[in-house]
Amino acid sequence: MSFEKFLFYLFAAILVGSALMVITRRNPVHSALFLVLAFFNMAAIWLLAEAEFLAIVLVLVYVGAVMVLFLFVIMMLDIDLATVRAGFIKHLPVGIVVAVLMLVEMVLVLGPKHFGLTKYAAPEAAPADYNNTAELGLSLFTQHLYALEIAAVILLVAMIAAISLTLRKRPDSKRQNVTRQHMVKKKDRLKIIKMPAEEKG
Amino acid sequence: MISLSEYLILGALLFVISIAGIFINRKNLIVLLMCVELMLLAVNINFVAFSHFLGDINGQVFVFFILTVAAAEAAIGLAILIVLFRNRRTIDVDDLGTLKG
Repeated sequence: MSFEKFLFYLFAAILVGSALMVITRRNPVHSALFLVLAFFNMAAIWLLAEAEFLAIVLVLVYVGAVMVLFLFVIMMLDIDLATVRAGFIKHLPVGIVVAVLMLVEMVLVLGPKHFGLTKYAAPEAAPADYNNTAELGLSLFTQHLYALEIAAVILLVAMIAAISLTLRKRPDSKRQNVTRQHMVKKKDRLKIIKMPAEEKG
Repeated sequence: MISLSEYLILGALLFVISIAGIFINRKNLIVLLMCVELMLLAVNINFVAFSHFLGDINGQVFVFFILTVAAAEAAIGLAILIVLFRNRRTIDVDDLGTLKG
């Protein structure tokens, strides 16, 4: 077994193990941390498949942003851990049956008979001056420019949607109304009264 | 050398694990969202593997867009989750029967 293959199986084993931990842990914080481990190992496998830019993007975007968001939400919500586990055993047999059936079907289709090295020969390693990022960027900004713009709009829409969903106006909070502050006139606030001078006692 | 079928079977394995996760974590919406993320990751490895073996960069472009959409989906899903928890004080999927769908 070559070193590359050893690395692939090592990363794949950790990936599958951490994916199993994600779905079986009682505490959602542990689930999220195991998902981070799964993302890291997936990034390593993508490096083996010579998708260097996407591997780094996976670590940056998923581990750096999305999983931090998940952890933030988990820790912000006060979840009752006892109730979220009810029904775990009840649904377990169905889940296992469906999963095993799908896995057997997919392995029958995707096995070495149809997608092995004889059908798809392993590609030669890219030359040392090959730049995956430049290649991907060239394709993104020429051939797929329209899709890239749509992706940007999707991100903008998601940002506006997330903010407007979670924004709430509290009636009891003391907020500044800058427009009303600027519109105020002297006669609204200030009252000049005449009174006789007080004599010193 | 690593064959294409090994990548594809790894993707299939991850996919069925996340499907089992959706079945067994019926009470916890956060873990359901995490399972969806895992599922998208399992699909992405197919794109990366085919891109590698066919020598076509377009597969990686697809993964790029899937990552974008998945990030947007996670953000909106978590926002909905927060609004839900604020109103109902629970994230149990079975309690979400207000629409009577």
